Amino acid sequence: MNLEAIRAIYKFEMARARRTVTQTIISPVISTSLYFVVFGAAIGSRIQSVGGVGYGSFIVPGLVMLSLLGQSIANASFGIYFPRFTGTIYEVLSAPVSSVEIVLGYAGAAATKSVILGVIILITARLFVPLELLHPLWMIAFLVLTAATFSLVGFIIGIWADGFEKLQIVPLLIVTPLTFLGGSFYSINMLPHPWRTVALFDPVVYLVSGFRWSFYGIADVNVGVSLGMTAVFLAASLAIVWWIFRTGYRLKT
Amino acid sequence: MDDIIEITGVSKTYTSGFTALKGIDLTIRRGEIFALLGPNGAGKTTLIGIICGIVRASSGRVMVDGHDIVRDWRRARSLIGLVPQELTTDAFESVWNTVSFTRGLFGLPANPTHLESVLRALSLWDKRDSRIMTLSGGMKRRLLIAKALAHEPRVLFLDEPTAGVDVDLRHDMWQLISRLRAGGATVILTTHYIEEAEEMADRVGVINKGELVLVRDKADLMREFGSKRLSLRLRRPLARVPPALEGWRLELSGDGGELTYIYDARDVCEGVGDFLDRVRDAGIEFTDLGMTESSLEDIFVSLVRPSK
Repeated sequence: MNLEAIRAIYKFEMARARRTVTQTIISPVISTSLYFVVFGAAIGSRIQSVGGVGYGSFIVPGLVMLSLLGQSIANASFGIYFPRFTGTIYEVLSAPVSSVEIVLGYAGAAATKSVILGVIILITARLFVPLELLHPLWMIAFLVLTAATFSLVGFIIGIWADGFEKLQIVPLLIVTPLTFLGGSFYSINMLPHPWRTVALFDPVVYLVSGFRWSFYGIADVNVGVSLGMTAVFLAASLAIVWWIFRTGYRLKT
Repeated sequence: MDDIIEITGVSKTYTSGFTALKGIDLTIRRGEIFALLGPNGAGKTTLIGIICGIVRASSGRVMVDGHDIVRDWRRARSLIGLVPQELTTDAFESVWNTVSFTRGLFGLPANPTHLESVLRALSLWDKRDSRIMTLSGGMKRRLLIAKALAHEPRVLFLDEPTAGVDVDLRHDMWQLISRLRAGGATVILTTHYIEEAEEMADRVGVINKGELVLVRDKADLMREFGSKRLSLRLRRPLARVPPALEGWRLELSGDGGELTYIYDARDVCEGVGDFLDRVRDAGIEFTDLGMTESSLEDIFVSLVRPSK
């Protein structure tokens, strides 16, 4: 294992985050704060508690997931796409670095940035609403697993994209709608039939539900199912990344 | 001198159907400077890409210091430094960070002393904290070389290393490459500046349309394919070449004032002395004479042109 290479890529990506701290950290924090102002204070005060949890507190896990998914994908996709765009990817491809090491470096850094962001959003949320944390270890597990999974998804998008537009298409047209419809701001039990059944096809439901359970002990689906589905997404992403490196798709001619 | 790179039957056909390389067999000797010449699209960069692991060969085998680039890719790649043709650099990183990054990619721990010596050798030490985007084109070119040297490679590929750099910098780079060779490195360079190959290379390979046309020691190549020209400035202009000199390969200038004898550098039968004797016997007087030898560029053009 070329640990120095993993460290080099990881450090390089983290340095990029420091350079773009406004875009990477401050901007999502401001957006999340605005969500609290709108949904938590303005609208939330008119909504009853959900499962015994005040609405402002109820939406916190969903908001964290919203940012976590978006930022994991954005960080990882840009991290690998930009070297492809500038041509500097040649030095990674010609170095004694395996595909596993490349992914650990790029996706690992993207996941780290997202987890840091998630923690910052939690701290920000605590300023607005009270928070409970019944299962902290499970919270960390869901946070890290989701960040890792969607960083891999971002990595795949960064490899697939052949322009900046494509880099935005999947997050904008697929991930954001799925996140909004995945119970970030409501419990899917509040949906009328058959929409609750339809919502179960949205993978984000399982992530948000499991994550929310770790805070308040309430969930739309069984936490075991949530964990299992998260593991399935992770495995599927890993399989696609493995295929990319095996075939050299968009990396090697 | 043993071989450090062995290329056997390497071919490359892209998915578009374009065949860039056709069964290349080539060995590079340890410690030499090898110049790979060829027109645009000849396959030079594809061949380098295959050796460095960026391009996948359709068939054939490449060994780098005894390591197969596919089966033992990690060991093979760790020996190679690559300076790409394009000025592909980051924009926002500092010079120091980017060379440190490259060294890390090759699995080596930080070595500030080595990196400092590399940056000093390339006149980039004063720019170590500068962002890459603030560097001039020539500096970026040197930075690419610094990155390629950051992990102390035994084989250095320079793909058009002096494209777009000024004459002074080009000569500095030639000196640097000579120093690298003196330090035991093997250097393979592609270049459009034939003068560069003529100045530096020990051996020359000519590639055209994916085929290796020839590989020769530079001196042998010059001797084998080169021609010499002996020009005589005549005291009295000639209207035509005299019958006594027919059969000799001669050119008469438009004003009839200069007679040039072209002869093969290998040809020992038709000596210059014989020619001058014939000129004197023909009663031709001359006031001056000069001799020129064909350059590697002339040879290169003559090798590539017929197959165009």
